[in-house]
Amino acid sequence: MPARARNMSPIVPRGSIAGRALIAVVAIMTFLASMTTGAVLLVSASAAEWQSEVATEITIQVRPAPGRDIDRDAAAVADAIRAQPGIVEIRPFTREESAKLLEPWLGSGLSLDDLPVPRVIVARVQPGTTLDLEALRRRVRQVTPSASVDDHRAWIERMRSMTGATVIAGIGILALVIIATIISVSFATRGAMAANRPIVEVLHFVGAGDRYIANRFLRHFLRLGLEGGIIGGGIAMLVFGFSESIAGWFTGTPVGDQFVALLGTFSLRPSGYLALAAQAVLIAAITAWASRRTLFATLNEID
Amino acid sequence: MVRFENVGLRYGLGPEILRDLNFLIPAHSFQFLTGPSGAGKTSLLKLLFLSLRPTRGLVNLFGHDVSLLGKDQVADLRKRIGIVLQDFRLLDHMTTYENVALPFRVMGREESSYRKEVIDLLKWVGLGERMDALPPILSGGEKQRAAIARAVISRPRLLLADEPTGNVDPTLGRRLLRLFIELNKSGTAVVIATHDMTLMDQYDARRLVLHQGRLHIYE
Repeated sequence: MPARARNMSPIVPRGSIAGRALIAVVAIMTFLASMTTGAVLLVSASAAEWQSEVATEITIQVRPAPGRDIDRDAAAVADAIRAQPGIVEIRPFTREESAKLLEPWLGSGLSLDDLPVPRVIVARVQPGTTLDLEALRRRVRQVTPSASVDDHRAWIERMRSMTGATVIAGIGILALVIIATIISVSFATRGAMAANRPIVEVLHFVGAGDRYIANRFLRHFLRLGLEGGIIGGGIAMLVFGFSESIAGWFTGTPVGDQFVALLGTFSLRPSGYLALAAQAVLIAAITAWASRRTLFATLNEID
Repeated sequence: MVRFENVGLRYGLGPEILRDLNFLIPAHSFQFLTGPSGAGKTSLLKLLFLSLRPTRGLVNLFGHDVSLLGKDQVADLRKRIGIVLQDFRLLDHMTTYENVALPFRVMGREESSYRKEVIDLLKWVGLGERMDALPPILSGGEKQRAAIARAVISRPRLLLADEPTGNVDPTLGRRLLRLFIELNKSGTAVVIATHDMTLMDQYDARRLVLHQGRLHIYE
């Protein structure tokens, strides 16, 4: 009778490794890591946008002073600024526009005649131009002593430190997630090795080296890590994918407007999705690495 | 091939259970290792299989001082040794065929290259009809034969067997002894640990007798 090819059983049976629990742990960890990374990317992108917008603007405030006509002062300041090199656009806010700016705090139907409300002039600076801010301040004060120039530097600095803090917090959360993943995977590997100790001993009997044995287990853990990574990362990508539509439902509501103000359209760029995919692969690789490390440590104890 | 010089073994802080062992196992030799229960036969086999390291003395295996071997070298040397243990150590999730073929699989050989060899050996040990059976449904004797087949399939240079005929009837015992003798004639040094006098009387071979931790050799 001719011998026929046989389907050989895996050396380490898949069912002997507590796979589902580990896939769930890796999936949850990848999801948390992806949400953190996505949120950090969104905040960073929005902050960079605000910064670039704000950095090309200066604001001049003309305060009312006793015995002076604020409309004339504002017009004189606007003319003085317009003459400055590097200024490409001037937008003086009218009385009505100023009233509109104060509406959220003071309500509508406001009469500015009774209030000492300053007049605002926004000047747009040619991008890439280094404006001589001191000269501009001197010139503005010459024209109207009650005017002041704000280049938003303090605000930009605050924005920078806020985004920096967000990124650092994100990195901290990622580090915690990765450490938790390593610990979970190490425990799962130890459990699997303990359950499969008789197999390891027999493999040693027939001359299998630690590398050979570790590779048999490693395949399982790499596959489990990849499955978990794909599930967790995939769900996170779906969440970000749908978040734009979800944010759309809240447009016009105070919460929705706040989100739009903070995070723009709440959508990740393609590079963001790539980062999430790379992160899922990274977590699968960390799972395999942690498992390999534990495998060799455990194999040293078994003979 | 194997040289023991003043070898002693103790477990932890307990008494020395093997003392001053001095002997050689030449290539192509055949010997029975015997002695009363608890004399240390299994421990001596474990020393020969590198599962234990001596607490004193020199063990030289295939020209290597075992005290200097790393784990990878131990694994390489074990490929030249076949072992049959009393508790068989078969893998329950693999068929009899797969268990016997395991040494070839670990060597990285293609299944087609050893299939006929494994089937022939299984038939020879009377397991031709049980090739696809899983160990949990095999009888004690069938497990024993599968374990022996796994130990000899790769034609090791040294075969160690711990009570290899303990679970089989006298007829099969004789058949298995013949397998060991054939293997020895083809170049394998054989060490059979047993206290079965009937088995030893069937073949005139060197006897290593362990008594109170010391070894007495009868050529």
